[in-house]
Amino acid sequence: MVPVSYYLVLSGILFACGVVGFLIKRNIITIFMSIELMLNGVNLSFVAFAAHLQKFSGQVFVFFVMVVAAAEAAVGLAIIIAVFRTRETLNVDQVNLLKL
Amino acid sequence: MLHLVLFLVFGAICVAGAINLLAQSHPISSALSLVVVMASLAVEYLLLGAEFVAAVQVIVYAGAVMVLFVFVIMLLNAGAEERTKGSHVALALGVPGVLAGGLLVAWTLLKRSDTGTVALGSLHGDPKTIASFLFHEFLLPFEITSILVLIAIMGAVVLASRPDLKPPAGKES
Amino acid sequence: MTSSLHLWLIPILPLIGAAVNGFFGKRFSRRTVAAVALTFCGAAFVKALVVAAQFSSLELPHTEFLAHWIRSGDFLVNFEFYLDQLTLVMLLVVTGVGFLIHIYSVGYMWEEGGFYRFFSYLNLFMFFMLTLVLAGNYLQMFIGWEGVGLASYLLIGFYFTRDSAANAGKKAFIVNRIGDFGFLIALFLMIKHWGSLNFGEVFVAAAKLPVETAGFGLLTSIGLLLMVGAAGKSAQIPLYVWLPDAMEGPTPVSALIHAATMVTAGVYMVARSHVIFDLAPNALTVVAIVGTLTALFAATIGIAQTDIKKVLAYSTVSQLGYMFLGCGVAAYSAGIFHLMTHAFFKGLLFLAAGSVIHAIGGEQDMRKMGGLRQYIPWTFLTMTIATFAIAGFWPLAGFFSKDEILWQAFSSKHGSWVFWLIGVVTAFITSFYMFRLWFMTFFGDYRGSEADNHGHSAHDEHGHGHGTPHESPMVMLAPLAILAGLSFVGGWVNIGGRFEHFLAPVFHNPAMEAASEATEAGNHGTEHLLMAISLAAAALGLYFAYLLYLKRRDLPQKIADALGGFYQAVVHKYYVDEIYATLFVKPLVDGSTRILWHGVDQGVIDAAVNDTADGARHVSDAARHMQSGNLRSYAGWVAAGGALIIAYMIWMGIR
Repeated sequence: MVPVSYYLVLSGILFACGVVGFLIKRNIITIFMSIELMLNGVNLSFVAFAAHLQKFSGQVFVFFVMVVAAAEAAVGLAIIIAVFRTRETLNVDQVNLLKL
Repeated sequence: MLHLVLFLVFGAICVAGAINLLAQSHPISSALSLVVVMASLAVEYLLLGAEFVAAVQVIVYAGAVMVLFVFVIMLLNAGAEERTKGSHVALALGVPGVLAGGLLVAWTLLKRSDTGTVALGSLHGDPKTIASFLFHEFLLPFEITSILVLIAIMGAVVLASRPDLKPPAGKES
Repeated sequence: MTSSLHLWLIPILPLIGAAVNGFFGKRFSRRTVAAVALTFCGAAFVKALVVAAQFSSLELPHTEFLAHWIRSGDFLVNFEFYLDQLTLVMLLVVTGVGFLIHIYSVGYMWEEGGFYRFFSYLNLFMFFMLTLVLAGNYLQMFIGWEGVGLASYLLIGFYFTRDSAANAGKKAFIVNRIGDFGFLIALFLMIKHWGSLNFGEVFVAAAKLPVETAGFGLLTSIGLLLMVGAAGKSAQIPLYVWLPDAMEGPTPVSALIHAATMVTAGVYMVARSHVIFDLAPNALTVVAIVGTLTALFAATIGIAQTDIKKVLAYSTVSQLGYMFLGCGVAAYSAGIFHLMTHAFFKGLLFLAAGSVIHAIGGEQDMRKMGGLRQYIPWTFLTMTIATFAIAGFWPLAGFFSKDEILWQAFSSKHGSWVFWLIGVVTAFITSFYMFRLWFMTFFGDYRGSEADNHGHSAHDEHGHGHGTPHESPMVMLAPLAILAGLSFVGGWVNIGGRFEHFLAPVFHNPAMEAASEATEAGNHGTEHLLMAISLAAAALGLYFAYLLYLKRRDLPQKIADALGGFYQAVVHKYYVDEIYATLFVKPLVDGSTRILWHGVDQGVIDAAVNDTADGARHVSDAARHMQSGNLRSYAGWVAAGGALIIAYMIWMGIR
């Protein structure tokens, strides 16, 4: 019998790690992986509550999150490839031509 | 008791994987750490009784998404990140700060022990139940996500195609 | 309920004339403009006569409702007309004398520019004056009040290219405004306490209140504030300063507006509000005091003036003082009687003066006139009649009206011998300066040179030289003759007290009448004695004028030298204009420049707008740094924002 809050703490840690990675890392692919980490943490939270409240919709929602995460990863990586072709770099600090 | 032990063990593996993801400089190492995180998360789902979710987690996330990540890393031949000069002040302030914040949140969450507990495998998330939900109440989102996937595929194909291979007319990028 | 007399026609006809001339007059020939103006003004006069003819068959007071105007809760103000004996008198005076002056103006203004504009303004003035006179409530009267002020401003500043004329117009309007402020507050008091401005309702409500013998009750306050308004419009102390300056306008304007009609609006208003004043003896006393002092004060200034129109202007102020004295001792019908006769002889005096000025080619300084009776005999004759009338010689009009006021000042319950004495002294001074004018203008040798006639004098309106003085054309002489006739016989309407009897139902006040009946009974001897004294005063004035300005021409200068500083003060009108300028005008202008302009307008309002714009620019300058182009900084901002929202949600959850 594990209290729900334990699961939430774990989920929070994962999410925090994801945020930190998102902010710290300079490699764009690593940043994307941090995003995936965040999503996973959220998924855990969903399932934990679904178990606690005995509602199935929490689980089902996880599916949708996964689908969206997969789609986003696919498109995001395609963009990274496209950018890499022109900029020849995966370093996010060097992709700053947004600035005039 | 067993539940708690298993939870803690795999939770620790999860966290270790996450921190390793942050600590490693080569993206491929980070990707492999992420796979570890996903696998241990799948075990956590199993502990909660969401067996189908756990299976999908391994198949889709660890088996497809992470493979995609690894493929791209290899394709782009990403090297290790260079070590740049980090700010000592940021390190001195940041790490304890994060730790303190994290401990505060954790303490707040754990203090409220009246939230109830979950038993081992309390969710009976067999495929049959999931499917009935998916195709009855969540039919619309299900269909929409399938369209979303279709769009993602098309987008990925268009975006990643080589420039000199002109996309056929009708599919403007 | 008598049938409608269509009283609204009387003011509207001149308004139509004003509109026609105002919009289309520029394209008309002078004949057409004159025809339009005279037709509409004459039509109003004819309508007034028709009303007079039907008067005896009317139930009085006769009110006519034209349209709703203000309906605000319980407060109702309508466009309505009110006709009683007082209104009829004013109506006939305004339309009659107005029409005569219109005819005169055709001749006088023929050579001037802006012919159509003049007649448009003149008709506009008639419209507002008739609105004032026929008004059935105070607010409509106020419309007319303000409107005549506007017309006066337009007409005084008719030669607007001249600085002095433009300034005189402004001065008239602004000083009038000060009086109007008092009038407005009186109206507000009426609305607050009686909830209406309609004459009938106000007088009924006021009559229910007891007589206020002590202190500042409601009725006294209203009376005093109404007096403030009247002082502004009718040029009493301390708001008379605009009238002498108003002589910058053409002479017919001076005759119509500043002698016969507009300036009498104040007297009319006080007479109309007699119900209020009868119950507030303190206010009445103030009215009488102001009137008496003004009469004396203005008369003394008139002695030393050299411009013929200025003498007449101060004379007007002085005579208005008499009318207020009459009203101030509750002898309202005497005041109105003098108003009527004054319209005749003062209007005539101004028109004749205009004729004189026209004759000698624009010169207005009496020192350059003299011996004109050979050249302009008809003008001389009519002006003589007017001068004797204003001096108060029997059997001309001025004698009857002035004498009635002096008698009432002496014998009325509110009067006192002090008022009477000052009135007699003023009568003497009046006679003196009028005959001074008469002698200086028409007798002796002609002091104006031929050169002056050809040149342009300092303040000429008629800058054409004609060589020897010449008589005015018939169109100008005819009104003079008619007014002369009226000045002669005008006073006879009160023989046997018929005029007062006619107006008695208006000023009906049982308490007053009982008292005056008692005093009237045994006092015929006193009345005749006082009559003789006033005649003697008039004759004395004539004699002194004859002495100083015909027989011994050197005496005036000697007297002036002997009096020294005092004489200088009188010549400079007791420096009142200068005192006002220092006390009121300069502080206001300086305060306005420094505080309102630099301080508020530039410092607060402009600064607020400019600083807001500057502030927006500074804020955007600071916010610019968020857009760095660096992906990681964007990521940082997103994370920070997200953390804030999550923290807020947690906080809301814990609460």
